[in-house]
Amino acid sequence: MDLNYSQDELAFRDEVRAWLEANLPRDLRDKMASYAHLSKEELLRWHKILAKKGWVAPAWPKEWGGTGWNVVQRYIFEEELGYVGAPPLIPFGLTMCAAVLLQFGTEAQKKRFLPRIYNGEDFWCQGYSEPGSGSDLASLKTKAARQGDHYVVNGQKIWTTLAHYADWIFCLVRTDPSGGKRQEGISFLLLDMKSPGITVRPLILMDGAHEVNEVFFDDVKVPAENLVFEEGKGWTVAKYLLGYERMNTGRIGESKRQLAKLKAFAAPMMKDVRFRDRLSRLEVELMALEITNLRFLDRMRRTGQPPGADVSMLKIKGTEIQQGLTELMMQAVDPAASDELSVSIRKRYLSMRKTTIYAGSNEIQRNIIAKMTLGL
Amino acid sequence: MNFDYSEEQQLLADSVRRLLQNDYGFEARKKIVGSAEGCSPQVWSRFAEMGLTALPLPAEYGGFGGGAVDLMGVMEAFGESLVVEPLVPTLVGALLIAKGGSAELKQSVLPAVAEGKMKLAFAHAEPGVRYALSAIATKASGGKLDGEKKSVVGAPLADKLVVSAQGGKLFVVERADAGLKAFRTLDEMAAADVVLRSAKAIPLQGGPELIEEATDFATALACAEAAGAMKFACDTTLEYLKTRKQFGVPIGTFQALQHRIVDLYIAYEQARSMACLACSRMDSSENAADRARAVSAAKIKVADNARLISQESVQLHGGMGMSEELKISHTFRRLTVLAQQYGDADHHLERFASL
Repeated sequence: MDLNYSQDELAFRDEVRAWLEANLPRDLRDKMASYAHLSKEELLRWHKILAKKGWVAPAWPKEWGGTGWNVVQRYIFEEELGYVGAPPLIPFGLTMCAAVLLQFGTEAQKKRFLPRIYNGEDFWCQGYSEPGSGSDLASLKTKAARQGDHYVVNGQKIWTTLAHYADWIFCLVRTDPSGGKRQEGISFLLLDMKSPGITVRPLILMDGAHEVNEVFFDDVKVPAENLVFEEGKGWTVAKYLLGYERMNTGRIGESKRQLAKLKAFAAPMMKDVRFRDRLSRLEVELMALEITNLRFLDRMRRTGQPPGADVSMLKIKGTEIQQGLTELMMQAVDPAASDELSVSIRKRYLSMRKTTIYAGSNEIQRNIIAKMTLGL
Repeated sequence: MNFDYSEEQQLLADSVRRLLQNDYGFEARKKIVGSAEGCSPQVWSRFAEMGLTALPLPAEYGGFGGGAVDLMGVMEAFGESLVVEPLVPTLVGALLIAKGGSAELKQSVLPAVAEGKMKLAFAHAEPGVRYALSAIATKASGGKLDGEKKSVVGAPLADKLVVSAQGGKLFVVERADAGLKAFRTLDEMAAADVVLRSAKAIPLQGGPELIEEATDFATALACAEAAGAMKFACDTTLEYLKTRKQFGVPIGTFQALQHRIVDLYIAYEQARSMACLACSRMDSSENAADRARAVSAAKIKVADNARLISQESVQLHGGMGMSEELKISHTFRRLTVLAQQYGDADHHLERFASL
């Protein structure tokens, strides 16, 4: 047992850290530091810098532009991205759609979409949740009816993150409404957001940000070649994707940065033992999460097996810690003050409440562990 | 970076676990706890045969020069089976003597400890003084010790006591030269309050730093032991949820209970991660502050989660969890003690923040 990174891993971390320090544009870093909302242009600017370096999609197979890094190197890279305070790499294309295409897509689909995702030419969003189908995703109602060489899509998605930036959306749709098991008759479809009949309407969250949307589909024609995997097998694809979604939700590098920031600006409050102890407990919780995450990675590296359902605990703990940190930040600033720091933290406090709800609420994560890991 | 036990470490942990499964079941343990001595000489010699009493001792005195990580798997197994034999007190005493004893003292103590022929205990806490070194009142003068030590785990079984005195000085006293008021701790360990009246004492080199190091060693092992006890508590509670029926169905089908057992498993994983950190840093830290910070962080998490897991697993067992007849109630007691032993969460929060 050795919890320290090896010499090679340390050298790798130093290389990544130095490169990020040198290449992360100042204005983007400042915006991130003030928790500002980034425009599509800003998100893509950073995406393209990493693409040019060859680091935008480390997990992809090498032939499609992956780096060939092992799971530990990938983890180090992600942590360094968070720690330096880089803009997020939006996962809908790079992580999610790509994972699906690589596993289930045809060669033609891979050739058509993967390079454009890599180069930041297509911005993707995810069409999963519907007004009546959140945690109970399999109850979704958006319909896709096959008519000759295309599907006609009707229905509505909701909470669609960055749909207003997106060129494409991948959707779960019902292709067979005839009943049977609810999970059957769902298909995985790729839609061009410029298609006639798609309307995007903003949903403003309590921090005032426009991040999520409603997306309406009104007789939208989708070429049949945009079906991924078999018709009626979309649930298999969705389940595959959920594991991917959960693996990177610990956000440990990011939380370390927030912790350091909190310690810096809340230094005067550390004389208050009650505040100090709450902060220490959170720091310890973060240390425990980091080691737990490394234990998962070590297991993956040793066994070559994909992560099990118990990675859901990384999402639960990671988001609890992110919220805990913002809560302490909120306590350390004046909620009524108008200075820049106070205002930005206030917004972040409101915004971060979403983390325990999105990507499968933490209650759903507990259901997953109960069922898949504990056999309940 | 790797979290594996080495092949040797894994083999040792496995054979200890096998021994405990065969000879240290709940009923066998009950007999040991109920015996006058409160410790099984047979089990102790098996431990010695397996090398547990020699593991962290220096090679030149019959030991294997191992560290906390070498003992971690063993301690997890101890926690699962609620072992009452005083291995940790003996090893902590041996560590203090190995680091601070004269060659002559080491020669007379360590090989005997390694062979399982001698047990030790560390008499440190005093009435009204739990962790504050500066408040230790036991006085040394002219090779004699005067003072009172409180709740010394393993003292009634020990041949010699390592005793702390004013200024963080350390001495070795024959158990026979000390006055003992023996009792059993909440978690069924043999312990005693110790009175020293002009007790003949052999001085050790080294002061407060050595006490800190030995206490960190004991704390790291306690974290590993607690992780083992938590694992048992989680597993046995899960089993209960799957078998206990109410309203015609296993109670584990109720979501209110499912989410709670999930939180217990998460708490166990978090605690085990911190036990890994404590043991690993105990062995590899380059300075005392790094080591102390890791060990205190671990103890904070382990103490908090020991409390959560012990209380919740009793709750999820319903009335059965309160019963003396079920092992979980004994695991509850062990976890309650481990949460506070070598410093509770408050103590370690203070220490963590000061480093």
